[in-house]
Amino acid sequence: MDFGFKLSPSSAVNLDTVDRRRYDRLVQLQPDALTCIGCGSCSATCTSASWTGMSVRKVLLGLQRGRDEEVDKMLSGCMLCGKCTMVCPRGINTRQLILTLCRLDKNGEVVR
Amino acid sequence: MVNRQPVVAVIGAGIAGLEAARQLAALGYKPVLIEKSSATGGHVAQWNRLFPDMTPAADVIEPLRAQTAGVKTLLGTEISAINRLKDEYNLVLSDGSSLLCQAVLFATGFRLFDASKKEEYGYGIYDRVITNRDLEHWFNTREDQRIRQPKAVGFVHCVGSRDLKAGNTQCSKVCCITAIKQAIEMKEEFPDAEVYCFYMDLRLFGKKYEDFYIKAQRDHGIHFIRGRVSEVGEAIDGRVVVKAEDTLNGKPVKVTLDLLVLMAGILCNPDAQRYARETGVAVDEDGFLKSRDNLAAITESSRPGVFFAGACTGAKTVPETLAEARSAALAIHQYFSKRV
Amino acid sequence: MIYQGKQKIWADYQKEIPDNHYFYVRSCIRQNFFPASERYFLKICRDLLGRDIYETEHHTTCAGIAYHCDTLPQETAMTVVARQFALMTEAGYENLVTSCITSFGNYCEVLESWREFPELEAMIRENLWKACRREFNKPKYVAHASDLVYKLRGEIAERAKFHLVSRATGEPLRIVEHIGCHYSKMFPHKGVGGAEYPCVLSGMAEAWGGQVIDYPERRHCCGYGFRQYHVRANRGYSLSNTHKKFESMEPFHPDMIITNCPGCPYFLDRWQYVIAEQTGKTYGRNGYGIPVLTYEELAGLVLGVDPWDLGLQIHQVAVEPLLDKIGIPYDPARKYLGMDEKKIMTPGLPTSLKCF
Repeated sequence: MDFGFKLSPSSAVNLDTVDRRRYDRLVQLQPDALTCIGCGSCSATCTSASWTGMSVRKVLLGLQRGRDEEVDKMLSGCMLCGKCTMVCPRGINTRQLILTLCRLDKNGEVVR
Repeated sequence: MVNRQPVVAVIGAGIAGLEAARQLAALGYKPVLIEKSSATGGHVAQWNRLFPDMTPAADVIEPLRAQTAGVKTLLGTEISAINRLKDEYNLVLSDGSSLLCQAVLFATGFRLFDASKKEEYGYGIYDRVITNRDLEHWFNTREDQRIRQPKAVGFVHCVGSRDLKAGNTQCSKVCCITAIKQAIEMKEEFPDAEVYCFYMDLRLFGKKYEDFYIKAQRDHGIHFIRGRVSEVGEAIDGRVVVKAEDTLNGKPVKVTLDLLVLMAGILCNPDAQRYARETGVAVDEDGFLKSRDNLAAITESSRPGVFFAGACTGAKTVPETLAEARSAALAIHQYFSKRV
Repeated sequence: MIYQGKQKIWADYQKEIPDNHYFYVRSCIRQNFFPASERYFLKICRDLLGRDIYETEHHTTCAGIAYHCDTLPQETAMTVVARQFALMTEAGYENLVTSCITSFGNYCEVLESWREFPELEAMIRENLWKACRREFNKPKYVAHASDLVYKLRGEIAERAKFHLVSRATGEPLRIVEHIGCHYSKMFPHKGVGGAEYPCVLSGMAEAWGGQVIDYPERRHCCGYGFRQYHVRANRGYSLSNTHKKFESMEPFHPDMIITNCPGCPYFLDRWQYVIAEQTGKTYGRNGYGIPVLTYEELAGLVLGVDPWDLGLQIHQVAVEPLLDKIGIPYDPARKYLGMDEKKIMTPGLPTSLKCF
């Protein structure tokens, strides 16, 4: 029956069920990714951010919150210029991080 | 006034009182420690290990106790009234006796915020909600039915701190680093557990604190979620369901935990506020005792002969408290030197 | 769960509810949704327990619903409220009791606003005088009708014909209590038990033999949220909130839900049908829903009033399984007979939600 309105999906992230396998594998391969403090230096300096929405900070957060589609969309905007690596105050090798991430599938398996 | 060995009443025998008494005795004065509880050592004696080097709290307390063994110490003693005399103070004690002294040192410390006042967190209602103090007690005794092989543990920063509704707008300063310390300890104890810290800001100002933070992230994979917990409920299996917003992600988050630790904040000891009124020293807007000068004379009150050390003037770390206790002893020494 | 912890909080939020002599104001919508609830509130308080409750046909809406929907300014709502106070004053009463939760919140908010801004009160007094030449005294006490029933719960228990226990097992019924948002979320100290763990309804449920269950989304709004339900484009949010609550309470297998708000029981009841139609899911046993009752209906059942006289046939979710569980007799043939014993219409049956 069509009531003209429907149940709306919740925007809340349920940490009990979120799939973090890709993130877990990433930090296994590259533990410095764990030390992100979300300062946003990477996005602020990013060449492609203003056109594509790319943000290493949001990529790392998105992986931990089960937002793989958004993450992949952001990654596709990266030009691998390496500016983010230069500015990271925690010294995370962000360029390498992006390359590592691109090799992982949703289940955290190395596929490329 | 000529008094070869002036008496200094030291109110409170926590680390501030013990250290100050030790220094005062060494300087040739006669400190008298007045302690409400049945043992010396205060809050620190109830703690297990201390940041940033994971020093056992006993390593701080025991030498202080040993070195103040010769100091007259009145345990289980409260102060019924303080009378101001000319150049002197008369303390009426709960055992009916009185103590005449030439200077008073407030080492009254702090009171931990009563976490049950944050009703939405359910402390005292939900079994799996405990406080930072309860967790230290468990580290010390291993006796707490609520802690049984947790698979998910959460820490809530700023419980009763930076919270107008809770009646305390101040930062309690040591809870961020305490939460990280306890989170690491829980992760070491239960390596398979997911550990979450819910914070508003991480205020890691002290020596080596930032290293602690990086260690928590890199070596222990502790999840830091920027957002205040809004409410806690109980699931059918007794675990707690925690709701917060992940403000960096701009989305609400929900997680089910086996244990939720509330980082209860630091308030001024209410006894200190009463003693302050009776001695005629001011209480500051933040509820703590008011120093003569917050930069240059933190250990001095606005009244001659009344001094402060430690958390009675605001939240302090252990080294800050010890340094202030020594500083207060020197200030007292100068006070008497000028009078002679 | 540490029950003593809740008792400690409840002790902090007790209010001195006057025992007698109230001016009663009805809800705009409850007589349509739950036709017998207000009538039985009066019958129980007046006829059974001998209390003096006065009502007048001259009272109107409190304008709270329009105020919350943002269709009239607060000053207008306040003037309407002032007129109710004038009627109360003219009738010689000092205590006000409201049927509606939003009215209760509205009256409290108006009085608090006047306390903070006396010039506002002066302006409203002038408005009222200009509009209808009336003057008023502020009520000494504003109670919600559920406060009064909470106060009288012991007297009701003494006269109970049925208790909220399973007739078969003697086990207490598992009861979800749902408090209207405007009861205590605005002013926690105005609600019995406060805002986080209110005990106005749980106190009744326990006094009458039931066991209250606390589930994670207990504090969540039913979803009515005037501007969500009344705007069709937003209606899905209203439904989704109710859905969230049912998903959260499902593992606890509640036997029933009691409520003290006009909107909540309506939406918690009707949305079970909509959820069942849209998702096929039902939350009661054997394909039924979870019955949702007002506290007056529950008091009526406990006191032995015929379920059809209480208007329980107007509910979407079938109440028969609950009546059977308690052992309350009812005549299925009388279910859809009106006051004059003539047949009112019999509703069609939903596809998914099991009904009689």
